[in-house]
Amino acid sequence: MLDVTIKQQQPIPLEVQLQCAAGEMLALVGPSGSGKTTVLRCIAGLHKPHQGLIRSQTTWFDSNHELNYSPQQRRVGMVFQNYALFPHLTVMQNILLAMQKPQEHAVKALLEQVHLSGLESRYPSQLSGGQQQRVALARALARDPEVLLLDEPFSAVDKVTRRKLYLELHALRRQLSMPIILVTHDLDEAAMLADQMCVIHQGKTLQQGTVEDVLNRPQSLNVARLTDARNVFEGQIVQVEGQKKLQWCEQLLEIADTDFAVGSNVYWIIAPSKILLHQRRRPSRGEQENPVQAIIDDMITLRGITTVLMKVTGHNPLLIQMDIPEHVVERNQLQRGEHIGLSLLQSAIHLIEQ
Amino acid sequence: MDWQALEVSLKLALVTSLSLLPIGLILAYSLARGKFRGKYLAEALITLPLVLPPTVLGYFLLVGMDSNSAAGKLFYSITGDNLAFSFSGLWFASIIYSLPFAVQPMLRALENIAPELREAAWCSGLSRWKTFIKIELPLAWSGILTGLILSFCHTLGEFGVVLMIGGNIAGETRTLSIAIYDSVLAFDQQQAMQMSLILLAIAVITVTAIYRFNHRLLRV
Repeated sequence: MLDVTIKQQQPIPLEVQLQCAAGEMLALVGPSGSGKTTVLRCIAGLHKPHQGLIRSQTTWFDSNHELNYSPQQRRVGMVFQNYALFPHLTVMQNILLAMQKPQEHAVKALLEQVHLSGLESRYPSQLSGGQQQRVALARALARDPEVLLLDEPFSAVDKVTRRKLYLELHALRRQLSMPIILVTHDLDEAAMLADQMCVIHQGKTLQQGTVEDVLNRPQSLNVARLTDARNVFEGQIVQVEGQKKLQWCEQLLEIADTDFAVGSNVYWIIAPSKILLHQRRRPSRGEQENPVQAIIDDMITLRGITTVLMKVTGHNPLLIQMDIPEHVVERNQLQRGEHIGLSLLQSAIHLIEQ
Repeated sequence: MDWQALEVSLKLALVTSLSLLPIGLILAYSLARGKFRGKYLAEALITLPLVLPPTVLGYFLLVGMDSNSAAGKLFYSITGDNLAFSFSGLWFASIIYSLPFAVQPMLRALENIAPELREAAWCSGLSRWKTFIKIELPLAWSGILTGLILSFCHTLGEFGVVLMIGGNIAGETRTLSIAIYDSVLAFDQQQAMQMSLILLAIAVITVTAIYRFNHRLLRV
């Protein structure tokens, strides 16, 4: 278990709290300049924060007891953004250097693990971007680290290679038992690879939880914006026949039980993938739940998923987005300007304080 | 041909450049990695001999090495010899005079090493000393060698400073460049030409060697 609390004002303000269990991958996401890399550097011992506690199997940093282990004492495995391979050393030598008991057969086993067998005698300049990343990963693992830190490890490779490396890392993860922290600004990457997600903005961690939780149930409007929530609207909690409902323009939506008081203004969001399209020929399950009529404004398809932008009929000027598989669009013969029926499932509606 | 002067010149250039290897490395490393007040002043002082007229530098060194000065007295109490007008004095002056030629290439080479490489070494468990030996030194090697060769060549060709503090004592402080000057004054054109050609040949060979070596290093 890795436990991190950091506080500082200079050189960049940080207020960070995060945990990562053994065998889990935590994605630290946030826009450029939000302090993600600095947090990683604090964990590695490359930057000393003013205040805080960093604990792995042992305590590495404790400002209260003036304890601060050097990077050499911490046993972290770090993959740098540009990999930082030693250019004058071969792949074999790069990895041997990081081993406490340098053994060539151990290097070969590591290289096999990252699918790089046979390239032991190459120099970093003779490797492709993807191969360099694998060497950096093997070198980070060579130290038998307590914690593995990955600083935007996919940003320096092209998109095709990236996809391949995602799958490899995903498979490699199952063999690793230490906490892994992945710094990235790519939400899809985080969602695909990580178990937990922590959103950081201007040096402050805003929310940590499962990927599903952070993406679909952000605690604040800020988190919703940072995680690219696409259907964010304003509404009001009203009471109808003794039940709390959500008033959204002319629509009255049913919601799950909530602590928000009647009359309070709220933001509400719904994930584009959780909106239910009413099928033309046969009724779908859940059709009776928050039915809404809309007109298709536009449709964009990317990799088999179509994002449908719709205008809700009536005086509601807002566009709402729905993601559906491309074949559903074809089967229902959806076209621009067409009227369709939707259900905003009550379990998918998430309320945020205004 | 004054073979003795050639010997003095080569000996002076060799001991100066070899002394400058550790001195230059320590100074370059402190400037490249250290964070201290007056860093720019330190760098400026090291570079000063590059722009100061050799006679001015020689004059100050002469005053500093005088038998009445602190340095002169200290040297006399240890060795029983005078610092000015001796080979040791010349050696000391040459170190100061050639300092920028050794430090600058070493400094640039160390500065060119990406900070992540040192950090990656630390995260791989290497101590700072091991990081220096295994990562920084091999990566800065071409700059270090350039500094070594440049300071050798520069010392070999120094004239003004030698004239000011070394005088012209055969076998002790008369270097090849002083001997050339003497020959020209004595209208001995043939000897002046011979000795000048030797200095020219050494300069061409060493500078070519630097370029060849650096080129080969860059190709890896």
